[in-house]
Amino acid sequence: MIPSAHAFHLAQLNLATLRHPLDDPRTAPFVELLDPVNAAADAAPGFVWRLVEEGTPDATGLRPAGENVIVNLSVWETRDALWDFAYRSGHLEVMRRRREWFQRHVEAHLVLWWVPAGHLPTVGEALDRLADLRAHGPSSRAFTFASFTEAPGAAGA
Amino acid sequence: MKDIDAIAVLGDPVRRRLYEYVAAQGREVGRNEAAEATGVARTLAAHHLDKLTEAGLLESGSRRLTGRSGPGAGRPAKVYARARAERSVSLPGRDYRTAAELLAEAAEQAGLDDLLNEAARRRGEALRGAEAPCGDLAEAMRMLAARGYEPHLERGDGPEGAEGAEGVDRAEGGEGAQEVTEGETAVVRMRNCPFHAVSERFPPLVCGMNLALLEGLLGTDGPVRARMDARPGECCVVVEPSENVVEPSKNNED
Repeated sequence: MIPSAHAFHLAQLNLATLRHPLDDPRTAPFVELLDPVNAAADAAPGFVWRLVEEGTPDATGLRPAGENVIVNLSVWETRDALWDFAYRSGHLEVMRRRREWFQRHVEAHLVLWWVPAGHLPTVGEALDRLADLRAHGPSSRAFTFASFTEAPGAAGA
Repeated sequence: MKDIDAIAVLGDPVRRRLYEYVAAQGREVGRNEAAEATGVARTLAAHHLDKLTEAGLLESGSRRLTGRSGPGAGRPAKVYARARAERSVSLPGRDYRTAAELLAEAAEQAGLDDLLNEAARRRGEALRGAEAPCGDLAEAMRMLAARGYEPHLERGDGPEGAEGAEGVDRAEGGEGAQEVTEGETAVVRMRNCPFHAVSERFPPLVCGMNLALLEGLLGTDGPVRARMDARPGECCVVVEPSENVVEPSKNNED
């Protein structure tokens, strides 16, 4: 049996609305952190995949949710794998300084949902999940860490 | 078991010494070690360690302490570690946790990170009083221990602490971590997050607050400094000599 053979993986979409353009000096500290933090994600236990724009090292050039909105779409083996990367690694320092670079969101800007292992979600699919969360609140289709829903068929989880 | 009953189990002085010893190690502890450390007979230690486990204050498991396996390795020994569950009793009943969670939720929604951090930094400075910035890691450890952080020394593997990325588990890191010889680069890490429940709900907000509090407490222009360096299962902050980062011209190995 393969240790990481989970039937479902956890997908996450996170939107961040830039206060200033990426090439603005005020955003430079964030841009400097992109490569090391993305490298940490790629090497993190339980990391499966993250959205990358073709020919670039990240997805910051894609703006599917608005001209000044960068998206972060990734897939993880488990809740703890995502949690430990997001809040228990060098990524926490980026989160701590988020107000310097990003506008405060009034609506939900992070959504989690389960995908069959091997499925890589599209941006459209991810935005649908966020719209679902915003319209209907947390459910098994679209949830957050605070309203976490276990994977389908997860026994005793 | 109710919190008050579990805590009452610590009324026995031998149990309390055993609990405090196991909790302070941050790793699994065997019966022999616990007995020797607390100066009681092994059978008595075993009895009380099991009482502490029944009360939910410790967790127990079995492990081959010799590291050997297969024939001749011997029977696995029973080992104990502090349980993760929080216990608290307040008389009369108080509920600061709900208040903290509601305030944090409002601060998160309103984006009040900066104001919170300023308040935390001022509080840290007030706790330090009129004294100079914290002088060295030993003093930092005393200050942190007094505030419940459970500090311990760890050898530094370079400015960024590369070991964090590999997720070294606590049991492995525990034994050698205390043996840092003088002059060797060391950092202070903390096993306990005093704000655990709220930091799990609002990590960037509360961890930022914690960093600001420690910056105020230790000072930001003295010989030691606090820096965010989160890893699983520990406080998000590391305290290190300021020279680690201030003198890139010396010891420049990168």
